[in-house]
Amino acid sequence: MELTTFWFAIIAFLWTGYFVLEGFDFGVGLLAPVLSRNEAERKQVLGTIGPVWDGNEVWLITAVGAMFAAFPAWYAGMLSTFYLPLTLILAGLIVRGVGLEWRGKVQHASDRAWCDLGVMVGSGLTAFLWGAVFADLLHGSALAALVGGVFSLSVCALHGAVFVALKTTGAVRARARRTAMAVSAVAVPAAVVALSGIPAARTAVADWTAAPWLWACALTAMAALAAGVALVWRGREGWAFTATASSLALGGVALFGALWPAPLPGLTVAGAASGPYTLGMLTWIGLAALPFVLGYQAWSYWVFRKRLVAEPV
Amino acid sequence: MDALDLARWQFGVTTVYHFLFVPLTIGLGVFVAGLQTAWHRTGKEHYLRLTKFFGKLFLINFAMGVVTGIVQEFQFGMNWSEYSVFVGDVFGAPLALEALLAFFLESTFLGLWIFGWDRLPKRVHLATIWAAVIGSNLSAYFILAANAWMKHPVGYEVVDGKARMTDLWAVLTNPTATAQVPHVVAASFVVAGGFVLAVCGYRILRERRDPDRTRPVRRGADMWRTPVRAALVMTAIAGAVVAVSGDTSAKLMYEQQPMKLAAAEGLRHDTAGAPFSPVPGVEVPMLLSFLATNDPQAVVQGTEDLQKRFTERFGPADYRPNLPVVFWSFRVMIVFGMTTVGLAVLGLWLTRGRRRGRRGEGPPRAVPSWLARAFLLALPLPTLAIIAGWLLSEIGRQPWTVQGELLTAASVSPGVGLGQVAVSLALFTALYGALALAEAVLIVRHVKAGPEPVPARRPDVPSGVGGNATAELQPTLMY
Ligand code: HDD
Ligand code: HEM
Ligand code: HEM
Repeated sequence: MELTTFWFAIIAFLWTGYFVLEGFDFGVGLLAPVLSRNEAERKQVLGTIGPVWDGNEVWLITAVGAMFAAFPAWYAGMLSTFYLPLTLILAGLIVRGVGLEWRGKVQHASDRAWCDLGVMVGSGLTAFLWGAVFADLLHGSALAALVGGVFSLSVCALHGAVFVALKTTGAVRARARRTAMAVSAVAVPAAVVALSGIPAARTAVADWTAAPWLWACALTAMAALAAGVALVWRGREGWAFTATASSLALGGVALFGALWPAPLPGLTVAGAASGPYTLGMLTWIGLAALPFVLGYQAWSYWVFRKRLVAEPV
Repeated sequence: MDALDLARWQFGVTTVYHFLFVPLTIGLGVFVAGLQTAWHRTGKEHYLRLTKFFGKLFLINFAMGVVTGIVQEFQFGMNWSEYSVFVGDVFGAPLALEALLAFFLESTFLGLWIFGWDRLPKRVHLATIWAAVIGSNLSAYFILAANAWMKHPVGYEVVDGKARMTDLWAVLTNPTATAQVPHVVAASFVVAGGFVLAVCGYRILRERRDPDRTRPVRRGADMWRTPVRAALVMTAIAGAVVAVSGDTSAKLMYEQQPMKLAAAEGLRHDTAGAPFSPVPGVEVPMLLSFLATNDPQAVVQGTEDLQKRFTERFGPADYRPNLPVVFWSFRVMIVFGMTTVGLAVLGLWLTRGRRRGRRGEGPPRAVPSWLARAFLLALPLPTLAIIAGWLLSEIGRQPWTVQGELLTAASVSPGVGLGQVAVSLALFTALYGALALAEAVLIVRHVKAGPEPVPARRPDVPSGVGGNATAELQPTLMY
């Protein structure tokens, strides 16, 4: 594989990792007010992402940094094109991050309510806008952006509810399962429309053979999402989470498959790429570092593998 | 006002704001890790209380560093797309490496540290804060190497109107970077040391005013003496590094950015044996030539003569930065920053050793109240100094974004209109203003409340085993 293709794949991998990991962070943040009825439960719910959300966000920072280094014109073109939505995304990430970090450090319940509001609004806004931005990038239409936004918002909510069900016990766990079922009423239809839109952006729907891999990914992603709903209903939360995570991952693969080889209108991957020297150096350093990064991130998930109980405050 | 002006304001506002939190992350992180190490080795309870106390302050601040940093990462593409396309091949690499090698390390291990008190063996838990601290300091290195490249581009060639990297090693070991990294990192330690001094000074004054000490204090010596002494040592050593590396930076500036040097000195014409004027009206003969080159007779170029030379070389334009801003930032940086360092040296002397009693050794020398009051200045002074340093550095580089290669006016995103930049500038300014207020209130409240009492535990017992002590520990650092 030549270097530009390889780096496109790396960037697709980083974005996909971001969707999968931060996807449940967003869902948890968005649903926290629904899933918890008192401060002890709120701590239990947000505690599921407490140790990991910042590390998950670094997937975004790395994805964007890698785009800057490997495909400067793609980075510059995409970020300056989606100027206002990205401004709002940044604002959302700010209030969410600050809310998560500060809510344990404020003294008054009213201040904590502000933090919770920031977490909820920031998570929801950002989850919606990422879907809208990528759908707009792919289709160039406002309607597609709306559908993409609803899709990513609802799928993140579902993914987050499943994650909470997986990581908690007691009343919160039961509530998370019920919420997952309720959210799926929106998420599954939205996924069918949005995910079929991905290969359809490249070919006419009737001519599906022109992009068989994209269709395979998109259809499997839909199936995985449906399977996730069924599994969480049956209380198999580990498998349910695997299913929703796979669904997001396959969606990400399909998305970047459809963006190849022209990630922006009129701009090809080859035309946007940095020189072979830069790509070569980054490849060596990246390949040397990535196993460590994945290793210690996995270890941190393992350290916090236990289900959380609601501890009296 | 056009989109370019607003984009510049936006970059200035958001970057300076980001940099209000960064120095504390860099310096306070090491300080907290040091306190925890002391607890680990001695098992003394007050070290644990101090770790928790300063750890919480560190985390309140850290959150702001993280969220404002993401804005920085996006801004190059959003506001400076022409710049990004031109430099991405060179400049993107350190940014990508920063995320991959530093930010992952920092964020993952900090998560482990915050939530791992009762889940990790104590040694491993101590290692997590050190790993996070290494991440912060590594991130400073990469971003500063990128920034240094804009002042003194190396290891590249221009092909088809874009910079192409030819030598990554040259970019990472750019002499401008190897001078700038110690300067900024050490300056960050001055800021963090000053922060600790101000917090301790406040606590000392408060506890003296409040004789029955509503909160438990370590018996015998005052518990604030330890962090005060540690912060004084840290500030004094860092101050020496700042001065030496700052001098190196100035000598590099003479060669690489003569316009900035001339502006910083208010020197209008080429002068042999140029004098230094600490404040307008006072001149020390030949000092500038000596500082810039080690040769008191050397010729230092002046802004007006440089303007003529630049016009011949690059075509007609105004190549002079905003002269008063650069001139005054330079002085604010040196005077405010070095005053803090001087205060630290004085403090070290005044709090040394033990008081001589009539019967031999007495208790350790206390911090005099007037000194504790002076410590309060150690928060604003170095903060203003470090910001002024950046204004000198960035405004002094104007009108270039990449010295000699790319003008700021040619860096801005062509497709982004005035309205869009205005909206985002207004949004960020409002949001940042509100958050600054909230952060200040949060820190003040936390300092007022003081360290929480912590049940004593032996350092050799892994935290969380069997006891309910951890349940009482958690609220400090948990959600
Ligand atoms: C506590 C903060 C602090 C203190 C006490 C000093 N500085 Fe500084 N200085 C900074 C904080 C700083 C900074 C904010 O960190 C800068 C901005 C960019 C950089 O590299 O560091 C800076 C930049 C900077 C530059 C510009 C580099 C460039 O743009 O190429 C020079 C020449 C100096 N410094 C020199 C000095 C000297 C000679 C000092 C005193 C003896 C000094 N600084 C004290
Ligand atoms: C890698 C790091 C950095 C890069 C690439 C960078 C780049 C830039 C760019 C492109 C501008 C816009 C040109 C302009 O506004 O005139 C700018 C301006 C500015 N930057 Fe930097 N900068 C970096 C680091 C910093 C940091 C850390 C600070 C301070 C905390 C800082 C302070 C400023 C200020 C105050 C301006 C406004 C100057 C003016 O408008 O005249 N910069 N910088
Ligand atoms: C304008 C250029 C800059 C960019 C693009 C940038 C980028 C970032 C980003 C993306 C983060 C958040 C990381 C996270 O989520 O963990 C961050 C935080 C941070 N940055 Fe900046 N930064 C800039 C300037 C600087 C400078 C000049 C320094 C140091 C001298 C610095 C050091 C740090 C540190 C220590 C943090 C603390 C929080 C953290 O790393 O997570 N940054 N920066």
